[in-house]
Amino acid sequence: MTITHDEGAVTRRRPEPLEHFVSREPFDPYSVETLTPEQERYYLATQWQLMWWKLKRHRLAVASGILLLLLYLSILISEFLAPYALDSRHTQHIYAPPQSVHLFHEGEFVGPFVYGLKQTLDMTTMKRVYTEDPTKVQPIRFFCRGDPYRFWGMLEARLHLFCPAEGGQLFLLGTDRLGRDMLSRIIYGTRISLTVGLFGIAISFTLGIVIGGLAGYYGGWVDNISQRGIEVVRSFPELPLWMALSAALPVTWSPILVYFGITIILGLLDWTGLARAVRSKLLALREEDFCTAAQLMGARPARIIGRHLLPSFASHLIASATLSIPHMILGETALSFLGLGLRPPITSWGVLLTEAQNINVVALYPWLMLPVVPVIVTVLAFNFLGDGLRDAADPYS
Amino acid sequence: MFAYVMRRIMIMIPTLLAVSLIVFVIIQLPPGDYLSNQIAELQARGENVDQSKIEFLRRHYGLDRPMHEQYLLWVWGLLQGDLGYSFEYNMPVSEVVGDRLFLTFLLSFSTIVFTWLVSFPIGVYSATHQYSWTDHGLTFLGFLGLATPNFLLALVLLYVGNVWFGTSIGGLMDDRYIGQPMSWGKFLSVLEHLWVPVIVIGTAGTAGMIRRLRANLLDELRKQYVITARAKGLHPFRALVKYPLRMSLNPFIADIGNLLPQVVSGAAIVAVVLSLPTTGPMLLEALQSQDMYLAGSFLMFLSALTIVGVLLSDLALAALDPRIRLGASTSR
Repeated sequence: MTITHDEGAVTRRRPEPLEHFVSREPFDPYSVETLTPEQERYYLATQWQLMWWKLKRHRLAVASGILLLLLYLSILISEFLAPYALDSRHTQHIYAPPQSVHLFHEGEFVGPFVYGLKQTLDMTTMKRVYTEDPTKVQPIRFFCRGDPYRFWGMLEARLHLFCPAEGGQLFLLGTDRLGRDMLSRIIYGTRISLTVGLFGIAISFTLGIVIGGLAGYYGGWVDNISQRGIEVVRSFPELPLWMALSAALPVTWSPILVYFGITIILGLLDWTGLARAVRSKLLALREEDFCTAAQLMGARPARIIGRHLLPSFASHLIASATLSIPHMILGETALSFLGLGLRPPITSWGVLLTEAQNINVVALYPWLMLPVVPVIVTVLAFNFLGDGLRDAADPYS
Repeated sequence: MFAYVMRRIMIMIPTLLAVSLIVFVIIQLPPGDYLSNQIAELQARGENVDQSKIEFLRRHYGLDRPMHEQYLLWVWGLLQGDLGYSFEYNMPVSEVVGDRLFLTFLLSFSTIVFTWLVSFPIGVYSATHQYSWTDHGLTFLGFLGLATPNFLLALVLLYVGNVWFGTSIGGLMDDRYIGQPMSWGKFLSVLEHLWVPVIVIGTAGTAGMIRRLRANLLDELRKQYVITARAKGLHPFRALVKYPLRMSLNPFIADIGNLLPQVVSGAAIVAVVLSLPTTGPMLLEALQSQDMYLAGSFLMFLSALTIVGVLLSDLALAALDPRIRLGASTSR
């Protein structure tokens, strides 16, 4: 109807022809679909690239990641970073408080230095009282020769990043009941505390993927049994079970064996969450077309799980593993604090905290509680990084 | 509903059996039994060993029988309330334990109530004020609670309580009530001492609970029916309370399954630091002296507490949410 009406109007008025332009370029039928360079970069990016871009936007996660990377790098050179050896005792400086670093002495620039400590005995409380002795200026030396150590138990060396002045002392975080430098012990403890989580997660990762993978891929009775098993393990309160298992480690074991025992115990109870995640993901993914295609082409289950299914949610696995490492670090700290975990001479943050077991410490020697600071920082960093990874693991959302 | 309850209870029984088996294996892990260790030690010290008593114990607890019979005897004893014999205290475990089991239960229960009371308003607030400074601050506080080992927090609170309030907070009641039968005065005294461990144990769980409630409520608030309600001019408070809040209440009940093991774990270590008369310190002691019957009974009790707690939470959830009791068989 409208068309006939228009035709009538056209015949009556005869308008000027519209101005038009004809390009001489050959016609490109795909011109609409061509992407701008940015779009192309985005659409052609691999999944891992997308995740990396998304993770980069998460400032806190990136900062935490860098911090953790530095901490893990530091365990490679703990001996070099620590000003003293792990067990060097200073019998003249038992329970010395942290010394503060100064730059100026009597208005004159000296560079970083500490004042010497003067010890007096408070005759009423029988407590050692340390005061700074302003006459003794002890500049800190850098890249210097100090306590001898065996680098990774092999290479003899004496080089330290920084050490006290000749004949002086440098206790930046105070000393414990045997006069051992807390800072050095915390640096050495990092090596143990951080690796406990790594070994533990390796064990629980393997268990979780294998058990969850079997349950999710086969379903049926395999699934049922593993689900019941997971329920049983999860119904144990973790810490008491950890306590019982580590108490059952033979007392005759060497500290290094106990260390591996503890990591296995930590890993043995932690796999359930991971197994559940793997299972539910697999249950969903095995219905996908690419999985059916692989089956039809005759791939074996191990290949389908390992080659096709696992990579499609590896990012989720990494995120959840990152979130469960701090759990293990806290577990080890608690066990060692109770005296059921690692044993000296193996030194972890938890072992250091056993010194801070009663209220007297809080009142008199609060610096003995300092090993808790790296624990909190590490756990927080792992949590932030894990949160960022979890958000980034789904780059298409 | 009845069918669901029955099925849920039927699932629980094999779980309890499996747990008891694991606990029994743990009891047997250390080489030798406590009796032979004890005899060896006494003889090494040149002391007299009361052979008849040891023979009696050995027979009574079937230490001379094969492993599987020992296990059956132990489980049978547990069912009858015979928790075994503490070789360290030379008393039946049930006498050593006293009201520790009840106090452990009380402590866990109060901690969960505390967790609810704290995390509910905070979670709702951070969800309705997403990305505000208060939200960030509260979230960070929650993370901090998660990251601090709670034994150290206990220690610091102990000190603070001592200095600021001048009270000795260690223990769970006034000294004069220790060993007394339960009375009103004792109950009040327990309440008075309960808050420190409850706060300390509660911090870790509270953080997780706040985050989950916040996430759930945020999901719910973004749904269309909420937007419609707001668009039609419903008061924001009413649009929050009427449906979204109710929907996000589910995790409160459902999470007991996650929360309870955590609380029981936390209680064990905090109790050691604060020397509470609960199961924690005694479990540690029993483990250190390898008094395995005592340790095993505690472990069994703590696990049973968790399992029954999870059962109750599942039942409560089923009563609350018809989708679970009707659709559980199809969706899982």
